Amino acid sequence: MHKVYTKIIQIAGDVIMVEAEGVGYLEIAVVSTRHGVSLAQVIRLDGKRVSLQVFAGSKGISTGDKVKFLGHPMMVAKGEDLLGRIFNGSGAPLDKGPVLSDQMVEIGGPAVNPVKRIIPNKMIRTGIPMIDVFNSIVESQKLPIFSIAGEPYNELLARIAIQAEVDMIILGGMGLKHDDYLFFRDALDEQGALARSIFFIHTASDPVVECLLVPDISLAVAEQFALEGKRVLVLLTDMTNFCDALKEISITMERVPSNRGYPGDLYSQLAARYEKAVDFEAAGSITILAATTMPGDDVTHPVPDNTGYITEGQFYLKGGVIEPFGSLSRLRQQVNGKTRDDHRTIMDTMIQLFASYRETVEKRAMGFQMSGWDKKLLKYGGIFEKEIMSLEVNIPLEKALDRGWEILAECFTPAETGIRKAMIEKHWPKTS
Amino acid sequence: MVTTKRLGRITEINGNMVMVEFESYAVQNEVAYIIHGDERLKCEVIRIRGNKAETQVYESTSSIKVGEEVEFTDELLSAELGPGLLGQIFDGLQNPLPHIAEKCGFFLKRGVYLDPLPGDSEWEFTPLRKEGDKVKAGDKLGVVPEKIFKHYIMVPFSFRGSFEIGAIAKHGRYNLKHPITRLKDESGKIHDVFMQQVWPVKLPIRAYADKLKPQKPLVTKMRLIDSLFPVSLGGTYCIPGPFGAGKTVLQQLTSRHAEIDIVVIAACGERAGEVVETLKTFPNILDRRTGKPLSDRTVIICNTSSMPVAARESSVYTAVTIAEYYREMGLNVLILADSTSRWAQAMREMSGRLEEIPGEEAFPAYLESRIASFYERAGIVRLNDGETGSVTIGGTISPAGGNFEEPVTQATLKVVGAFHGLSRERSDARRYPAIDPLISWSKYKSFIDETQVLKGHAMLRKGHDVAQMMKVVGEEGTNLKDYIDYLKAEFLDFVYLQQNAFDEVDEATTAERQMHIFGFIYKRILEQEFNFEDKEKALKFFQTLRQLFRGWNSSEWKAAEFKTIEKEIEDGCIKYIQR
Repeated sequence: MHKVYTKIIQIAGDVIMVEAEGVGYLEIAVVSTRHGVSLAQVIRLDGKRVSLQVFAGSKGISTGDKVKFLGHPMMVAKGEDLLGRIFNGSGAPLDKGPVLSDQMVEIGGPAVNPVKRIIPNKMIRTGIPMIDVFNSIVESQKLPIFSIAGEPYNELLARIAIQAEVDMIILGGMGLKHDDYLFFRDALDEQGALARSIFFIHTASDPVVECLLVPDISLAVAEQFALEGKRVLVLLTDMTNFCDALKEISITMERVPSNRGYPGDLYSQLAARYEKAVDFEAAGSITILAATTMPGDDVTHPVPDNTGYITEGQFYLKGGVIEPFGSLSRLRQQVNGKTRDDHRTIMDTMIQLFASYRETVEKRAMGFQMSGWDKKLLKYGGIFEKEIMSLEVNIPLEKALDRGWEILAECFTPAETGIRKAMIEKHWPKTS
Repeated sequence: MVTTKRLGRITEINGNMVMVEFESYAVQNEVAYIIHGDERLKCEVIRIRGNKAETQVYESTSSIKVGEEVEFTDELLSAELGPGLLGQIFDGLQNPLPHIAEKCGFFLKRGVYLDPLPGDSEWEFTPLRKEGDKVKAGDKLGVVPEKIFKHYIMVPFSFRGSFEIGAIAKHGRYNLKHPITRLKDESGKIHDVFMQQVWPVKLPIRAYADKLKPQKPLVTKMRLIDSLFPVSLGGTYCIPGPFGAGKTVLQQLTSRHAEIDIVVIAACGERAGEVVETLKTFPNILDRRTGKPLSDRTVIICNTSSMPVAARESSVYTAVTIAEYYREMGLNVLILADSTSRWAQAMREMSGRLEEIPGEEAFPAYLESRIASFYERAGIVRLNDGETGSVTIGGTISPAGGNFEEPVTQATLKVVGAFHGLSRERSDARRYPAIDPLISWSKYKSFIDETQVLKGHAMLRKGHDVAQMMKVVGEEGTNLKDYIDYLKAEFLDFVYLQQNAFDEVDEATTAERQMHIFGFIYKRILEQEFNFEDKEKALKFFQTLRQLFRGWNSSEWKAAEFKTIEKEIEDGCIKYIQR
């Protein structure tokens, strides 16, 4: 049925070139070698010469090996049967379950028409004050966690996933350490969340290029569930690995690199994935939380930099806590006006005072005399770090707000906080 | 049916770059269509070599095959101009997105192109000229009411030379397909004129008498901009800033509050969510000046980041073409382009696929000239009938790594009249709008008295210097006078430069109120010598004053509360002067 080609004329990096006719751009092919079969995707057409990226890598491919074009772009199965299942980056089962081939849908489909989106308005409560109070997450938001390797970003993702009120969870792992994969599986299993989860796992030992498909597959499946009215949370970890795979292919294809070797379309590539986060009018939603490790803790590195411009805010995970400066949920205004009337006041005031505290700490480190005001700030900062900032803290939003007022009253007079009079009168704790 | 279609065949596909071998000839920048089954995909010729034309495709190229047919059209990429543009939401190729949604559902479908202006919509036409009148391109022939504006029907801008009106329609309702005027050119040839005309988006519309110098301030109601870094009608400005510094929020606030006739929003390669907010809220927000929904004076061109990359470029040009069209009617139009970096990146992507020699950071060598020619389309003009109209352009820039030394920022700074640089430090400290007063500049004149403005700038610089010094010598090593200047600068920053976008009153400050408040701060604080016993007292005084001022900022202009607080602040100040 499908014609098989055996004339591979070039192998460079994980890209092979074959002479073939009637091949569509981005079409999927199967490459059969002595070591097994792999999927490959057309990434360039030049007359009869067809360039393909081979997802399992090009190791061991011979110039006489068979390439069979399937006549369609990459597809993935959809439907309830996927729940509780674990697949690899190309959608093949990793859990000894059956291969799913019913109801296939194309991955990386077209963008949602902006007029069919709705303004996100449902807060996702996490029980983490640094998120709920200061940077509330909203359904359909796309938000990365910027951190350096070694920070507990996977733990944070898992915790949010378990506590968040969503219908289902899709985990897309790219270059995931095997123990991290097991950690996710066990953590979700313990909380009974595994039955409403789907895993697409590419581990660090798999060929690099294979992780290119993970975000698209995860999001294509998420999209199908969202269209059926499900609220889906997609976790992608770690997106830096995805970008590095893009870089590898781009360099192999001899494209002009733009910044530190990354291709010029890195922004568009990332945006095509993150923009799948959506709240459909009269249907479900997709929320994306991604981990992005910053090489060398450098936020100006092309990956976190481009990501930051696309996503609706970012969390910095530093020293095991969510750093209040730089961390931002751009959608918080959609929800934090409707929670409690003092939510925004507490959010702004506590952060501004915490910024002053940081300055004071700097001053103290340089050996300056501490004024009365400085001492108040130091006291405040200490309590804030322990009772609000620590990721150990697990309290609902309202409790956290109440605690906020108490902390302010413990440390300052109302005037020092700069809070408007009307607000002070209503919320400032009365000393008995 | 035999037609004279010019055809070609695809020989190479590389992302959204498709190479086509053509039979007869090809025209640079002409539009062509790839015939893929029953889909027709729009593309634009961007380079011709020998008998091969390289085209950028405005759609996804997935599944396209080598050997497929391409049809050339001989037409440059154009916008349709006529009544009915206001309130619309278009993509970069001027497809009406709501109509596409009706037809295709949740997702965009490639190859679906709909008329930007429905041809059967009827408008009430009133002629302004009579038979025998001599006219030229841009002259007003008649008028139709569109929302709150008089929408003038003009002699098409592409008509060269002078024309005589052979016939003109009487007052009545006509649709866009109905000829409303018959013009005779100098050689006696007859041309029909419709209420709708087309114009190639990449060429500026020049059907006016003169271009003037921008002098009248554009009131954005953002205190920091209007008072310290103003923009003039017909001017240009740019807002570079790292991510999360609030570029888009700034643009959204401007689009709501600016005192301008029409706002054209070009959402170019940014988040869809932001556009959604604008397009869902604008129909419900009433413009304070007109009492009509904001959407009545807004056109949205939206080509968000996950939509096809090539159309980002066209979205910017489509926006400016629509703006120029309304300028020709004597209106003041503001374009908010967010973000021009994405447009530059689209150029970079294409340049890379064409294997051009890269410039700095792989941007093409023509980046600067493209940016310059875009901003140069702004301006205030005197029209053929003596009226004036203006196009003001404000573009955001998303510099890689927040570093303003990069090519797009630098190329833009050369050609704009005002620079509103956002800084990470200010946004981290929640000082919004995060425009950094120490690096920003403007070549335009503010409506605030110049000596007062200069004093404001000087005080901010002084305050910054003292703060820097204090980091080294500490508070105790700073003398009281310097310390007070530092507090004054901080005070000005807190109560005047910063504005609470979530406070109904504070979010927009009228010119009148700005003059009053800035004058007040100038006289009572900046110019005032205070007698404080020590730094603690000074700090306390300014903290109290700051709290009062915040309340003042959120009290309705000239309301009883406003006056009470003003009195309270005055009294508070006097106490420390007399001591």
